[in-house]
Amino acid sequence: MPEFDVVELGPADHLEPGETAPDFTRPLVTDEFWEDRSLAELVDGRTVLVFTPMIGSFVAKYVWSELAERGWLERGERIVGVTASTPYGVSRFLDENDLPVEVFADPTNEVADDYGIAHDLDGMAGVSEPRLAFVALDADRSIETVWVADEWPEFPDYDEVETEFGLD
Amino acid sequence: MSEATSRDDEPAITFYRLQACPYCERVARTLGELGLEYRSRFVEPLHSRRDVVKRVAGVRTVPVIVDDETGVTMAESPNIVDYLESTYGDGPPTGSAAADRATAETGGDD
Repeated sequence: MPEFDVVELGPADHLEPGETAPDFTRPLVTDEFWEDRSLAELVDGRTVLVFTPMIGSFVAKYVWSELAERGWLERGERIVGVTASTPYGVSRFLDENDLPVEVFADPTNEVADDYGIAHDLDGMAGVSEPRLAFVALDADRSIETVWVADEWPEFPDYDEVETEFGLD
Repeated sequence: MSEATSRDDEPAITFYRLQACPYCERVARTLGELGLEYRSRFVEPLHSRRDVVKRVAGVRTVPVIVDDETGVTMAESPNIVDYLESTYGDGPPTGSAAADRATAETGGDD
């Protein structure tokens, strides 16, 4: 018996390939500023949405470090994050970690809720955050590929994700 | 991450601002009164973290506006208000006594 518990999140009620990713408008944050942007106006080619738990969690830190190391941020696909943190928190995080990536700040977590991947945190009343998830979209915002964590925490097999998402 | 200030169907005016900064709110009120479309780019309270404003306008204070319609980039709220009113409203043209006075009052922005 392991002496730790990995929380089962159960199957996510997330969107399936072929469906159109719901549009939303939120502050899009870089290491320097933020401005309201809609997903619809942002997507003009292949795009991968990276949903992470809130900034400050080790999960968010590990995932972005891994993606940066694997060169995801320098590929042809546009990589865009979504998380349940304030613009200030996101901007500081990107600055401190030298991450040249744009992240939607969604403190109320409604976007993750719309995408069926919200996770209410035990012991943090009133706080919800996205499950770790990758959603690849084509230029028309049609969903191509989805990976969603089923456990918390769960990290993907990045090599497999890169193959499935055509990112290798 | 493009810093280009023009996108299709985007407002001509980009407004660099700080949350709860009264000088910025004054510019926001003027933009609203003149019925001008604009998009807001919020920056950090720390001046050291305002490289984007420095690159765009040569200063680290906000408010700053960039008007693609006229090619004007401007800092200091009295100057901005004066510019907006003289360009898009019935305000005093630049060079007027009011404008000179406004210029002399600059330096208090965040």
